[in-house]
Amino acid sequence: MLRLYEIAIHPMKNVRQGTHNMGKFTGKTVTLAHGAGGKAMHDLIEQIFVATFDSPELSQMEDQARFSLADLNLLGDRLALTTDSYVVDPLFFPGGDIGKLAVTGTINDLAVGGATPLYLTCGMILEEGFSFDDLLIIVQSMKATADEAGVRIVTGDTKVVPRGAADKLFINTAGVGVIPETSHILANRAEVGDVVIINGYIGDHGAAIVDARGELALEMSTVTDCQPLNGLITDMLKVCPDIHCMRDATRGGLATVLNEFAQGSDIAIQLDQTQIPVREEVKGVCEILGLDPLYLANEGKLVAIVAKENADALLTAMQAHPAGKDSHIIGVVEKSPKGKVILATGFGGNRIIDMLIGEQLPRIC
Amino acid sequence: MKFVDEFRDTKKAQTLKKAIHKLAARLAPTQTRPLQLMEFCGGHTHTIFRYGIEQMLPDSIEMVHGPGCPVCVLPMGRVDDCVALAERPEVIFTTFGDAMRVPGSHKSLLQAKADGADIRMTYSPMDALGLARKNPDREVIFFGLGFETTMPSTALTVLQAEREGITNFSLFCNHITTVPTIKAVLDSPDMQIDGFLAPGHVAMVIGERPFDFIAEDYEKPLVITGFEPLDILHSLWMLLQQLDENRHDVENQYTRIVPENGNTPALEAISKVFEIRDFFEWRGLGSIDHSGVKMKQAYAAYDAEQKFSVPNLKIADPKSCQCGEVVKGVIKPWDCKIFGKECNPETPMGALMVSSEGACAAYYNNGYTLKTGTTG
Repeated sequence: MLRLYEIAIHPMKNVRQGTHNMGKFTGKTVTLAHGAGGKAMHDLIEQIFVATFDSPELSQMEDQARFSLADLNLLGDRLALTTDSYVVDPLFFPGGDIGKLAVTGTINDLAVGGATPLYLTCGMILEEGFSFDDLLIIVQSMKATADEAGVRIVTGDTKVVPRGAADKLFINTAGVGVIPETSHILANRAEVGDVVIINGYIGDHGAAIVDARGELALEMSTVTDCQPLNGLITDMLKVCPDIHCMRDATRGGLATVLNEFAQGSDIAIQLDQTQIPVREEVKGVCEILGLDPLYLANEGKLVAIVAKENADALLTAMQAHPAGKDSHIIGVVEKSPKGKVILATGFGGNRIIDMLIGEQLPRIC
Repeated sequence: MKFVDEFRDTKKAQTLKKAIHKLAARLAPTQTRPLQLMEFCGGHTHTIFRYGIEQMLPDSIEMVHGPGCPVCVLPMGRVDDCVALAERPEVIFTTFGDAMRVPGSHKSLLQAKADGADIRMTYSPMDALGLARKNPDREVIFFGLGFETTMPSTALTVLQAEREGITNFSLFCNHITTVPTIKAVLDSPDMQIDGFLAPGHVAMVIGERPFDFIAEDYEKPLVITGFEPLDILHSLWMLLQQLDENRHDVENQYTRIVPENGNTPALEAISKVFEIRDFFEWRGLGSIDHSGVKMKQAYAAYDAEQKFSVPNLKIADPKSCQCGEVVKGVIKPWDCKIFGKECNPETPMGALMVSSEGACAAYYNNGYTLKTGTTG
């Protein structure tokens, strides 16, 4: 049984606010003392988390963040709640870091359900010896991403575990949002004749992580697509309130999400490979490693299925938003074979795109 | 992508498709059964499924997906040996990624890793040697696997280790040879293959001449083939051309990579380090004479089999598996009694379900529904 050294951002009792004295952490590392309940712990909470996240709910000084139901009611008729844990290795990668990922990932999980994301929690598990410089960068990155997306980090918890009991830093974020009355996005609503739209290039995040692990010394410049999608989705729902299906294509990639739709709606999805946006450098990584971009992770890509008559207006609205400028119609919903995703290979043949079994492993030759 | 897209051109593909259909129609009246053309190499199988090439072919042509997936044909006993080596506390066991999932009699390397063995995926044996340099107090074992394509890089790594005097690096050699294996397929009594697409990257190392016996002794046409989809279509057309003209020659479609006499420095490295084994055990095909290589006595210090004792037990394939018949084209994957039932990509029983390059896994994942039209 591990001995856990617990501290919490809430309760905030006895914590002085806003000293902004982060300099004292420069060049230092997290020790078990930062979880032991004394001054070190208080300084960490006060000067890193509270000072950076800087949200009014934090100053309520209670064990929980509190919200007005009446205010939430103005935004819709259902509450959406989601949680996700982030354990990415390495913590920093081209175009992002674990903090940015932890905020966008949870925001996107709310937004693709049609919800307006409002509040996030932040749970951190720190390994003894973790660098405060890195922690500061990550916490600031979380704050910047949350601000960009218009959400607030309102409560949190931090644990310090002995060296070796965790890998540097794990983050869990939960998110709350409100779904408007008009929105009914479900994986079982795809209908024959609908079209499938994606908001840009696939596989960028997966390729960036491969690059950042440095095992291959690739001369390439793929940057993660990690971005909050709630702004784009707001614009989408304005022109097309009745989006049938929508999910973000994270782990398992585009292929996995489309299989979920095909099985959920008991229909077939016919894709056109020539219409699926894949960057040249991502294709290159996949060629070298024997990977398939359809299964590579994304962190800022959504797939939507909508009625054909709404597709053009939706596509135009998406392309007008920075997070959707490379949006493309990539396929159509057909009757059979039910539950299957079929790719016209762009070479004259077809192949079935199944769910990934286990992890994508590089091929020997 | 330059030098890739050119070999995936749809217009050229359609031209070749037409030419193939025309030749096939001319040959059809002389046939009592569909022509069986075998692609030996797992890399070809991968391309065929990835680009949906089988659906572009007329019904009078059947592709038989041969035994050339080194991951698939690895017998359970050898996987058990890998696990035994990997579970030694002093060992860092390094392997190509897709060998991780191959089932042993108790567990795969993936399971052994979860149980605590230090197993790491590498992209090259040189990366394994790098690990040995960085971890002088550990023993780094590289799981050498594959046909003549991957043999030179392992041989050169052993030679490099010797040059640098690195003593904590060794090779668990499971390299296999192409020619004896094709011969075993040709010698089997139920064989009815009409022509071969030969493995381009093996030929890049060994050259064209080792394939001559197929044309001369067995009188089968053979085309050395590249790995892009146009390469495959072009080679199929070349095979049909030979059949139409009643020829059985060794032809080279992959001239941009394959020199007639192969790669001399690569062959020198191979023959310096390796020698032919009397026999090697294959999953699905049983024991085949001279179908593997082992390390020469001069390199015993780098041979994991000699450096450590491995159990080296022969584990019989599950009785219900019909991989051997599928590999020889006698039955189709979906005719096997356990295809898609007990044997599926999540819990593979037979060799051909193990890797995405295995014929059964490829049909299960990509082609089965489309080819046989059983759903929808």
